[in-house]
Amino acid sequence: MTELVGQLINLLASILLMLAFAMISQRRILSLIHLFTAQGVALVAATLVVGYATQQPHLYLSAGITLVLKVILIPLLLHRVIARLDVRWDIETLINIPTTMIIGIALVIFAFDLALPISKLSVSVARATLGIALACVLLSFLMMITRSKAVPQVIGFLSMENGLFFAATSATYGMPMVVELGIALDVLVGILILGVFMFHIREQFDSLDIRHLEKLRED
Amino acid sequence: MTWLGVFSQLLEIVMALLLAPLLGGWINQCRAWLQNKSAPGLLQPYRMLHKLFNKESVLAEHASPLFRGAPYIVFGCMALACAIIPTLSTDLPLSPAADAIALVGLFAFARVFVSLAAMDVGTSFGTLGARREMLIGFLAEPALLMVLFSASLISKSTSLTTIVETLAHRELTIYPSLAFAGVAFTMVSLAENARVPVDNPTTHLELTMIHEALILEYSGRHLALLEWAAHLKLFAYSCIGLALFFPWGIAEAQAPVTLLLAIPALLLKLAIGGGLLAVLETLSAKMRIFRVPEFLATAFLLAVIGMLVHILVRA
Repeated sequence: MTELVGQLINLLASILLMLAFAMISQRRILSLIHLFTAQGVALVAATLVVGYATQQPHLYLSAGITLVLKVILIPLLLHRVIARLDVRWDIETLINIPTTMIIGIALVIFAFDLALPISKLSVSVARATLGIALACVLLSFLMMITRSKAVPQVIGFLSMENGLFFAATSATYGMPMVVELGIALDVLVGILILGVFMFHIREQFDSLDIRHLEKLRED
Repeated sequence: MTWLGVFSQLLEIVMALLLAPLLGGWINQCRAWLQNKSAPGLLQPYRMLHKLFNKESVLAEHASPLFRGAPYIVFGCMALACAIIPTLSTDLPLSPAADAIALVGLFAFARVFVSLAAMDVGTSFGTLGARREMLIGFLAEPALLMVLFSASLISKSTSLTTIVETLAHRELTIYPSLAFAGVAFTMVSLAENARVPVDNPTTHLELTMIHEALILEYSGRHLALLEWAAHLKLFAYSCIGLALFFPWGIAEAQAPVTLLLAIPALLLKLAIGGGLLAVLETLSAKMRIFRVPEFLATAFLLAVIGMLVHILVRA
């Protein structure tokens, strides 16, 4: 039975990785938000299963926070932002998608190789998933680097937070409750500020391309 | 080789030949329902085949024997593929003849012949279709091989019957690598069977068609054989998918009685799978032809990640 629970955690971790990979191959903002929501659902399920396997009731609570925040509230906010900014379609990436995916594969191999000796030291039921969580974080980084528009970058940032949260859950059965609540609040406030920020970028430059921010202005 | 083995082998070939058009009809019917159209009858593909077999076959003046022979070769390849894949039983005398890699080779063989035949007559559509088919084929093949390898890593054998025996008849284990392989396999089989995101099976619009452009010059019994072969190919791919990811219900050599149960199990699984394929086709829009390499590269890379995950989790 415990073996099956362990395998279930591995499966959910793989789904997280698959969704992170789908995100870097996705061009449309609307689909990106849907993928992000799905990643949140997978994260909630993974946290619940780890909580059940290790009898840690506080993980149920953090799963609840994740559900409210990352599956309901943030996607709702993002939907409103893109509806207001009218940017449902985005086809611009700095590197073309197949190249990005090949870099992604290299990152996955790097993450797995890095995590292998670490996970051998661990006795956690979810030790094999550390490499997957690390790969998720790196893939989200890659997404933030290769996108030139503001909204996909924000989604990449949020997805990176998903990966970090999952790494914390799988390696150490979650962070202390105070830290977790703090991070949850930070992410929420971050999203609100970034939302306001996007409107300002648009007002200033008539576009959401953050390359405009690299230029220094004389006046 | 036992008499029971020979019997189940024959039963499997007959079932494949008879059921394949029915599967095509079922998918068309589901698709029509989902799109609020009135559906053609479930037996429409059989009527189509009957009509085509009774018609005269018209050949181009310059058609070589290759053009005339290709439909028989393609049909033979697909029928053999259906005989190798364990759909009803794992006790198959023919299955040692070809493992998963040879199976992919068999599909490639059929593809080469149908493309050569399309170029043979020298019409522009045939050449165009042949080039597109080869473009999709050379990208889909490595992805399919990778999917089959992820399953082979688990059972440590590339023989399909061994893979099914390992997956179906051990205690329940969840393999994360198979989740990746499943997604990759779905993408590959959509591309290989000319289904919607890659090619529209019902179109005759010259700019978008791939499969239809290949067989545009055929008529009569040749066209019937090619249509039947296309149905068989879809059936074969569905059965590979079912054998790798939902292998329960396939009979074993030691338990011949389960062969009786295997037939309704197969019918049920195919009906559900066909319905899901119709949903997938209705939900997605056909993509531009130059997006197809990207689509298939994603499938290939997902299958590679699946293998990597397998190694990580085992370690």
